[in-house]
Amino acid sequence: MTPPAPKCPLQLNDQGRLRHFLSLDGLPRSMLTEILDTADSFLEVGARAVKKVPLMRGMTVCNVFFENSTRTRTTFELAAKRLSADVITLNVSTSSTSKGETLTDTLRTLEAMAADMFVVRHADSGAAHFIAEHVSPHVAIINGGDGRHAHPTQGMLDMLTIRRHKGDFEQLKVAIVGDILHSRVARSNMIALKTLGCPDIRVIAPKTLLPVGLEQYGVNVYTDVNEGLKDVDVIIMLRLQRERMQGGLLPSEGEFYRLYGLSEQRLALAHPDAIILHPGPINRGVEIDSAVADCPRSMILNQVTYGIAIRMAVLSMTMSGQNEQRQLDAEKQESL
Amino acid sequence: MSLPDPAVLIPAMARQLQAHLQAQNIDNPRFVGIHTGGVWVANALLKELDSQEPLGILNVSFYRDDFSRSGLHPQVRPSELPFEIEDQHLVLIDDVLMSGRTIRAALNELFDYGRPASVTLLCLLDLNARELPIRPDIVGATLSLEQNQRVKLTGPEPLAIQLQTLDNL
Repeated sequence: MTPPAPKCPLQLNDQGRLRHFLSLDGLPRSMLTEILDTADSFLEVGARAVKKVPLMRGMTVCNVFFENSTRTRTTFELAAKRLSADVITLNVSTSSTSKGETLTDTLRTLEAMAADMFVVRHADSGAAHFIAEHVSPHVAIINGGDGRHAHPTQGMLDMLTIRRHKGDFEQLKVAIVGDILHSRVARSNMIALKTLGCPDIRVIAPKTLLPVGLEQYGVNVYTDVNEGLKDVDVIIMLRLQRERMQGGLLPSEGEFYRLYGLSEQRLALAHPDAIILHPGPINRGVEIDSAVADCPRSMILNQVTYGIAIRMAVLSMTMSGQNEQRQLDAEKQESL
Repeated sequence: MSLPDPAVLIPAMARQLQAHLQAQNIDNPRFVGIHTGGVWVANALLKELDSQEPLGILNVSFYRDDFSRSGLHPQVRPSELPFEIEDQHLVLIDDVLMSGRTIRAALNELFDYGRPASVTLLCLLDLNARELPIRPDIVGATLSLEQNQRVKLTGPEPLAIQLQTLDNL
């Protein structure tokens, strides 16, 4: 096993195995591949008459969503249920209290429920990391999306979609199109693609929606979508977050569609077998043409199915890493 | 200790299996091997029986009873059962029968696919160390090992049995 990466040692146990799942940053390629392989096995479980395995029987998973979500929340719920865990979901409002207070107070309440694992979504970047640092030992934290920082299970489900439909990452050209600046999905995807050896990662967006420091991800930046989409094998469209329009970053939705929307004509620039991904929910006629979203090359609904399998893999692997750590700690205690 | 040779055991097991199935009036059994060693044994057995039947592969990682102690195996491969389980007569095949816990997990997994008409258990080796009331119908050989000894099947071509000694017991 590869030793813990210096960038995010918090999410690995003493044996270098996952104990939290906070970010893809710093995770070795072998671990991402292990997540994809495990998810493949869970996909097979999802195709059975009884779509449930007894792996996490008796364990409690608590979904804590400080931010609205339908897809991520329900697929995490379903993933935990298919692993036979008990699941509770809390929708917590973040409105009035400041970040520190809310998180610390909520954390205490949650700890009292003796959950084995928390899936956390929060509008502030670093929230899941903060909780992982302060939670009691042997409780696993899964990041279900934090601010603009990361959405690692979405990143991995996109990788599973690409691997199952396109195969070897080392042969692929992948374009990520849209609001890169505000997108945690884009960030997780760039890191995952880089780690898995994708040689041509293209980021396509207007200048106002490109973050600074993109070079560190080893991507090629395009502001001209027609140029960027040429011959790509995979197109990852991002949702245009309408609330961003008010900040003056974009003139209008219509203008965005005209300049960056994925129309049938633009899709024709890509490789004839190119697949289309979108994290959802989609804005038809804003970032993607309705007919394109429904065409056979669109993976949008497959992504939901793959999302359940990826979340089952991540839940069981982190639980496994925590169990291992608990044993290591017990052995350490004995030898004292 | 002299270890038995799978090449000798398998033809004998194939004959016993035929007799067993005949006695039970089973004429179209489905074969299921447990990943990895059981699959090797199953393939050797199907070859010996000159059978073209598809082989089901069962990976019991998600059904083990030691998840909270040992965790998840890092290389989990999907189970593949290319036929219906419901109402079928199954021959479940594994390499080494020790505690019986793997067979318990395999039975649970099979029942999540459907309700088989019967399950016949076939194991290459029985180590006489069962912790559960599970009994094989057909056994290649029975070994009694010392507490710190384990056997391991290597393969798939050729199949061989190795004796291992654990140091830290």
